[in-house]
Amino acid sequence: MTTALDTARLSPPPRQSLVKLLVWGLIFAVLAWSWSGAEIRPWALIKDGANMGTFLADFFPPNFHDWRYYLEEMLVTLQIAVWGTALAVVCAVPFGLLCAENIAPAWINQPIRRLMDSFRAINEMVFAMLFVVAVGLGPFAGVLALFVHTTGILAKLFSEAVEAIDPRPVEGIRATGANVLEEIVFGVIPQVMPLWISYSLYRFESNVRSATVVGMVGAGGIGVVLWEIIRGFYFAETCAVMIMIVITVSAIDIVSSRLRKIFI
Amino acid sequence: MTKAAKVMVPAIKVTRLHKTFNCCKALDGVSLDINPGEMVALIGASGSGKSTLLRHVAGLAVGDASAQGGSIEVLGRPVQARGRLATDIRATRARVGFVFQQFNLVGRLPVMTNVLTGSLGRLPLWRSLCGLFPHQDRERAWEALTRVGIVETAWQRASTLSGGQQQRAAIARTLVQRAQIILADEPIASLDPESSRRVMETLATINAEDKTTVVVCLHQVDFAIRYCPRTIALKKGVVVYDGPSAALTPALLRDLYGAEAEELGAAIQGSASFVTGPGGNAALAVAG
Repeated sequence: MTTALDTARLSPPPRQSLVKLLVWGLIFAVLAWSWSGAEIRPWALIKDGANMGTFLADFFPPNFHDWRYYLEEMLVTLQIAVWGTALAVVCAVPFGLLCAENIAPAWINQPIRRLMDSFRAINEMVFAMLFVVAVGLGPFAGVLALFVHTTGILAKLFSEAVEAIDPRPVEGIRATGANVLEEIVFGVIPQVMPLWISYSLYRFESNVRSATVVGMVGAGGIGVVLWEIIRGFYFAETCAVMIMIVITVSAIDIVSSRLRKIFI
Repeated sequence: MTKAAKVMVPAIKVTRLHKTFNCCKALDGVSLDINPGEMVALIGASGSGKSTLLRHVAGLAVGDASAQGGSIEVLGRPVQARGRLATDIRATRARVGFVFQQFNLVGRLPVMTNVLTGSLGRLPLWRSLCGLFPHQDRERAWEALTRVGIVETAWQRASTLSGGQQQRAAIARTLVQRAQIILADEPIASLDPESSRRVMETLATINAEDKTTVVVCLHQVDFAIRYCPRTIALKKGVVVYDGPSAALTPALLRDLYGAEAEELGAAIQGSASFVTGPGGNAALAVAG
């Protein structure tokens, strides 16, 4: 009798296990539903295995013959990311503040939030295609694409940091007779600065990655090179460029995460 | 009050102030006059409305927009009337220093910058936004820090200071402000006894030397009796006592603190002995 009681007590209540079961059922249902739409054909991997082996072999050894050219374009890519991020940070500060509930009233923060949503919703590749038409082929189109997309993301992150501040220091500043801008500069910004710096560095990292692909639609940098050599079936060169991208992106990731640790 | 006092413009004049929060009345027709140079204690149990009253005086909160009126004037300038802040509220706030229970300093800024923010009310915007505080204000900040006794911490981050030091930095901020009135909302509620004493000493000194009007909201009756000649007691948003601290009676205090009186009983008794030393006669009245 005691053992029966103990077993009941030691396992979770029946209601909880039912909920768990339902959640798992739902997950499997969604996966099954998406299978056909995504045309998942695992056997293709096996059937075309030999082809893929040949294809992969074409990549090796990597051909670094034009490394100077690749490096030059890689630097352009970094420069695109630097300016795309810098412009975004500058714009995200006012937009982020205006998106914050504790700074701006609803009739200001709601429309600006929707604007930022639309900046974020559209991928930088799409923006890049549009800007290539607007300002012509080249890195500047890439800068603008990253700038718009990143502004949307940073404004949201910045405003969330602002909404999480301690209101008391701000009130302390207000009590001295300061006006709203002074309250923000002395009461709000010092509190959110570490997070803002950290978010900006993180976005710089992501933008280096994104800058390597915006080139594919003609917006400058290593992406242009990559696109041309892939289309020309120069797989050994493609491999060399991909290795350079991996090294650059990893290096930036490591440096920036080190920097972020200092600020947080 | 003398005749001269009557013709003076009161430092603080509160007239029939009402404040209703969602559920209950926090302030119920509070009226009071405080003259320049006074040091007044505002006492009452938790939730009696004393902090609420101070926040209204500084224009950090607005009263009910009731038909009967309800207005506050500070140094002859309106702060709020019928639930609306005056348009020149920032100019008035600049003349009124506020000391908060939780200090309300900006933790990541140096103590010096925190103290310098006291001058924001009179600086042109371009100067303040660039952080270009004039030399004169920097000198004043340095003097203020010397005066409250924490000048050695000037370039530390405010968050690295102890509670008592932070509170003294907050007082230094009101000195840089050249505030004619200091409103202190439970300035010692989060401090240990020794820091509490130093903070109250500092406020009393500023009151005595600069003739600054000081209104301190206090939970500890003994401190009120020791440092403030006049006490105003609030109960459920109504002024139940306004007069010399020396005339406070144990019966009134018991009534004031209601259920809390049991715990405070010892403190009230203790306060007598605590104050008898330097304080003098005030204590006798309480003990008697």
